[in-house]
Amino acid sequence: MRRTYYAYPYLVWMAIFIVVPLFLLLFYTFTVTTEEGIRFTLQHINRIWEPIYLTVLLRSILLALICTVICLLIGYPVALILSGKEYSQNKILALLFVIPMWINFLVRTYAWMNLLGKNGVIDMVMNFLHLPSLQLLYTDYAVVLGMVYNFLPFMVLPIYSVLTKMDKSIIEAAQDLGADYITVLKRIIVPLSMPGVISGITMVFMPAVTTFIISRLLGGGQYILIGNLIEQQFIVVGDWHFGSAISFVLTIIILITMGIMRKYDKDYEGGAIW
Amino acid sequence: MKKAFKIFGLVIMAVIVVSVFAGCGSAPKAQLKVYNWGDYIGEGVIEEFEKRYNIDVIYETFATNEEMYVKIKGGGADYDVAIPSDYMIERMIKEDMLEKIDFSNVPNYKYIDERFKNLPYDPNNEYSVPYMWGTVGILYNKKMVDEPVDSWKILWNEKYKKQILMLDSSRDSIGVALKMLGYSLNTRNMDELEQAKEALIRQKPLVLSYVGDEVKDMMISGQAALAVVWSGDAVYTKRENPDLDFVIPKEGSNMWVDAMVILKGTKNKKAAEQFINFMCEPEIAFRNTDYIGYSTPHTEAKKMLDPEVLNDRAAYPTEEDLKNCEVFEALSDVIKEYDRVWTEVKAAR
Repeated sequence: MRRTYYAYPYLVWMAIFIVVPLFLLLFYTFTVTTEEGIRFTLQHINRIWEPIYLTVLLRSILLALICTVICLLIGYPVALILSGKEYSQNKILALLFVIPMWINFLVRTYAWMNLLGKNGVIDMVMNFLHLPSLQLLYTDYAVVLGMVYNFLPFMVLPIYSVLTKMDKSIIEAAQDLGADYITVLKRIIVPLSMPGVISGITMVFMPAVTTFIISRLLGGGQYILIGNLIEQQFIVVGDWHFGSAISFVLTIIILITMGIMRKYDKDYEGGAIW
Repeated sequence: MKKAFKIFGLVIMAVIVVSVFAGCGSAPKAQLKVYNWGDYIGEGVIEEFEKRYNIDVIYETFATNEEMYVKIKGGGADYDVAIPSDYMIERMIKEDMLEKIDFSNVPNYKYIDERFKNLPYDPNNEYSVPYMWGTVGILYNKKMVDEPVDSWKILWNEKYKKQILMLDSSRDSIGVALKMLGYSLNTRNMDELEQAKEALIRQKPLVLSYVGDEVKDMMISGQAALAVVWSGDAVYTKRENPDLDFVIPKEGSNMWVDAMVILKGTKNKKAAEQFINFMCEPEIAFRNTDYIGYSTPHTEAKKMLDPEVLNDRAAYPTEEDLKNCEVFEALSDVIKEYDRVWTEVKAAR
């Protein structure tokens, strides 16, 4: 007997905390309150296309893309090493990767402020070596660094989990047939780990494009990203309509990204492997 | 062995049950929700109030007036007492968000300096009790700035690129730009406001960061040369780092009063009034002003202060310093434009 009714509490939960807020978002995006009452409008959506806000949006996407690419470049080899023979027996290295996540990411980001800041640890080392001090904090570099640092585990772990579950006999078969490591990597491991890569990319890109706390702490409120813009509309300005409109556009962009990734994912599973 | 376990279990059960009922035994404590600026109250003051009146205080903080307003206006909060600034109080009175205070329950109001009563934001003194006052000015590090600091224009000087800290607060930062340009910081002239916006965007590459309370630590540790701060923070930071000095620029600045108000819909007006009265007790008012460094409008507390503090022009400026200073007005009709300007300044690169 399938007890589907176990899922009902979850459905109710989803309806209240996901579906209803989404409709609220839509409502605020497309309405304006005037003296005559509430009426439909596109003015908030149109306001986003003003160059000043468009730049913020593009900058956020660009920084998130850079962050995702760096995470992939660092994360894939790390996952490969973690899942390799030497380390797969003892899980210590994988554990070391997870342990920092037990500490709240806000605290870890504050720690970066102390490292990067003027008279901070890095600055002190530079001074000690009589090298010019660098302005690290409150730059784009600091923001990307903070994002890569915080989101790297989200790239490593899905890839790692796909790699460890991979059928080792396929690799052995390839090696028996005379393939060297590079060929095995190119023809077997990478294609088979694609689902992990795809989910890693989505799990890094999405929080990166919407982050507001990293850009605020490490960007100093100067390098405002789309997340900060939304936060500002709700917290400081109190313009819920415009804030919702930006969130709406961002949601659409994320949905499109996910759609593309999904399609790419399917193509791989369907064709390339066999 | 098994029996010992059972007995042990029973004892634990009994303890839990008894402790639950013990909790119910005493009358439920009254609750008071206070919404104040971050870092804006003396140490142990809340605890003492809780002990004396047997009231649980839920104490939360905000960083800007706008943030506080949006949270209360949004309806997601049920605070009893808040401590906003003058222009925000004016706006909240206009929007019927405040409860009138029964001053017979606040006898300590008599200690408040007459100068701070009947100010334009609350002309008949029905809604607010002044808590602290001060100005906005430039805090600078004498070791890093070698020229005399007397004008807002220094914040636009290329020489101090990436060494300037601005306040992450719309009215304060726009006010600085307006004063630098020689306009009123309550301007309703859209052209002047646009010019202030252009100036702030022009200044952006020079600014290290837009900050709130962290400005204090950053200036003490010498991470920046110049910062726009509220006067009390200047008093506090000067105490920690003698290289720092504070000046109210000659173009004039903002003079402000933060006052305690009771919010509409409070469930415990009596406790709220008790709290306000408590905060106006000479001893408590002294502890507050002594700890946070802001200037007190409380006559008795002021008498208890160190003469050194009283002579500090950062804390108690002279009439000359205040000559060009203005008090913020609510500007309800054009405040949306200020919000738009601030959004665009923050979004600009």
